[in-house]
Amino acid sequence: MVRFLVPLGLFLVLAVFLAIGLYRDPREVPSPLIDQPAPAFSLPQLHESARVLAPADMKGKVWLFNVWASWCVACLDEHPVLVDLSRRNLVPIVGLNYKDGREDALKWLQKHGNPYTLSAQDAEGRVGIDYGVYGVPETYVIDKEGVIRFKRIGPVTPQVLESQILPLIRKLQG
Amino acid sequence: MRKLLAALLLALAFQAQAREAVPAADDPVLEKRAMKLSSELRCLVCQNQSLAESHAGLALDLKEQVRSQIRAGRSDAEIRNYMVERYGDFVLYSPPWKSTTVLLWAGPFVLLAAGASILVAYVRRRRARVVDADLTDDQRSRARALLRAGGEGE
Repeated sequence: MVRFLVPLGLFLVLAVFLAIGLYRDPREVPSPLIDQPAPAFSLPQLHESARVLAPADMKGKVWLFNVWASWCVACLDEHPVLVDLSRRNLVPIVGLNYKDGREDALKWLQKHGNPYTLSAQDAEGRVGIDYGVYGVPETYVIDKEGVIRFKRIGPVTPQVLESQILPLIRKLQG
Repeated sequence: MRKLLAALLLALAFQAQAREAVPAADDPVLEKRAMKLSSELRCLVCQNQSLAESHAGLALDLKEQVRSQIRAGRSDAEIRNYMVERYGDFVLYSPPWKSTTVLLWAGPFVLLAAGASILVAYVRRRRARVVDADLTDDQRSRARALLRAGGEGE
């Protein structure tokens, strides 16, 4: 009896591991930036190039930092979710326009709506590297002290927003 | 006129290509070091390629980062650290020994040891079964008789 139970048990353990593996996204790399201070930058604003935007400007507020680009197809998927969120006035959304042309970016916002309180322009993608961006869109939740508390790689879906992002924001806003 | 235009367009196209190739450093020693270092780093966009092999936009940017940091006189360890701070240990093809990677490094050896000990235990048990088979004198003489009979039969 044991002779059959042992291989069967081993098979079941293996099957469970493989089943878990099926439902995990290998593209989602855990970010080392979680619970670290958001990297500082000073970038021109998208709408008014003469003015700069820095994370320090957002101190004291819980905010969403969303990396987007007009060339990014998946950004269009998540865009309605962000526009909807911005209408609810729950949290300021700051955009990082990543490796994009200014004209293209402005046109894109005009066409699809602008959910961003402000957008910074990272034309060369240097700030993107500091934030460990590798798959636009990416979204960070940053707390009142300027610490990154959450990172979403890929589009924010309504489900992710309601089940993960909004509860965290409520908690951080205290 | 049309020929001239075609030639001009062609020249433009080549110029565009030339601009793409510029990031490779002129200094062969630097380029060699940058390539060696980026072959140890994983491209985050196409995860089964190294930075050196990949032509993804981000990989080109990161390779340029590697070059400019080498130019700035930073050591290989410092550059590797720069990448890890941003992209995590995942960016290294050879991740460091630490509590979260113990299973990764030790796992194959643990499996090998487990397999070997199961094999040893199995073989020992089987040998014990063969050696310890106690025969009575009666059985022994019957076996001898059977063997003898078999020998005559041939």
